[in-house]
Amino acid sequence: MVARLQMDQEMAMIKADLLSMTALVEETIRGAIKSLKEKDGNLARSIIDNDEKIDDLEDQIADKTLKFLATQQPLAGDLRMCVSIMKMIRDLERIGDHCEDIAKYTLRLENEEYMKELIDIPRMAEMATKMVKNAIDAFVNKDLRLARKVWIFDDEVDELFRNIYEELIGLIGEDAAKNRQSVTFLFIAAHLERIADYATNICEETVFAMEGSTDFGEKKEEKNS
Amino acid sequence: MQIKETIESLEKKFEVRDLNLFYGSFQALKNIDMDIYENKITALIGPSGCGKSTFLRTLNRMNDLINGVKIEGHITFDGKNIYGKDYDLIALRKKVGMVFQKPNPFPKSIYENIVYGPKIHGEKNRDVLDGIVERTLREVALWEEVKDRLHRPATGLSGGQQQRLCIARCLAVEPEVILMDEPTSALDPVATSKIEELLNTLSDKYTIVIVTHNMQQAGRVSDFTSFFLSGKVIESDKTEKIFSNPANKKTEDYITGRFG
Repeated sequence: MVARLQMDQEMAMIKADLLSMTALVEETIRGAIKSLKEKDGNLARSIIDNDEKIDDLEDQIADKTLKFLATQQPLAGDLRMCVSIMKMIRDLERIGDHCEDIAKYTLRLENEEYMKELIDIPRMAEMATKMVKNAIDAFVNKDLRLARKVWIFDDEVDELFRNIYEELIGLIGEDAAKNRQSVTFLFIAAHLERIADYATNICEETVFAMEGSTDFGEKKEEKNS
Repeated sequence: MQIKETIESLEKKFEVRDLNLFYGSFQALKNIDMDIYENKITALIGPSGCGKSTFLRTLNRMNDLINGVKIEGHITFDGKNIYGKDYDLIALRKKVGMVFQKPNPFPKSIYENIVYGPKIHGEKNRDVLDGIVERTLREVALWEEVKDRLHRPATGLSGGQQQRLCIARCLAVEPEVILMDEPTSALDPVATSKIEELLNTLSDKYTIVIVTHNMQQAGRVSDFTSFFLSGKVIESDKTEKIFSNPANKKTEDYITGRFG
């Protein structure tokens, strides 16, 4: 076995950047929901600022991956890894956009009493955050079982979203201010649902990087060694 | 499976079955089974000494020229066993041409290089020979570059032009198959890409088998790829499959540069 040191080092650096981007995205989801829950306008504004940092990281990683493709000319598993990374950073960047939108809604509600205590939305946010973290961990550690777990976890987030939807729709009545809040929370929950979907995309990209297919359904035969 | 159906619909130019080849007591090829499809480009890859060039030479029986070679199994070409007793070796070599690693033009004029084969096969008519020279030089995209100096020495051409001339010389006897043993390894990137483009157009009319050490080249030019290791074929498949998602770990290690 001949090691490709330069190649492996460059890939390790790209993965390290991907982990930094993921850490920032995780922090951003948590911050977005914390600012919503605690009506923390300053935190919400810093979450909006984070979006630019996330975009910059996406550009950096895309540049490095492009350079890696051009100079190392990866094939097979290495090639699939690069393609997956390019897609993942796009997914992470989108998650950042959703957080930015959540923070903007938070600022709109900054000076209002909430009509109810927020319980399910923070729960949903916590689940979505874990999904993103685990999805990237699965990729970095080449852990297919973890990827599959995250992928299945998405159903629970969807279920929670349906509950929140039903609850908020049920609260819509004659009070215009309450209706406005219901719709706003509903949008926020919808953003979280999308974030969880991006986490499942990342899992699919992990499976693609490792096995060359995005099929979770059937167990592929182990590669002979 | 759609891919399988596509492969099944292709004509097999060569069918190699249970092929073993020994140089004295050393076994260079072990139980090779392979199909080579008509008008497709098949790339043979693998580390030095894996048997890919030896295998290439079994397809036109060039190994017959080496002392102490013993061959078992069979290879059919258009359905007939080329190792059969009555097989016409001259006809085989005419139909299965070969181009080597280093351009090897004869120390003659460009014109004489090309008409050498047809003349040996008995062609004497000047008009026919002129026609062959123009046709083959056009086929290798060399005509415009050399049409005004056909009677100048071939050795005055650049390396890339010499290699295209050698391909034209091979085409002059109207082969059906062209075997290429690392045809661009001595050429610069521009000359290499010209040959690669040429391969693409030639595959409309010819079956091409190419040995290459350049993974990217195999990926760019071939339809099928076979990976050789220690005299065995480890994996044969569509090129896009081999280079994006090979089935065998050894293939993956080799093409990603982690082995061999």
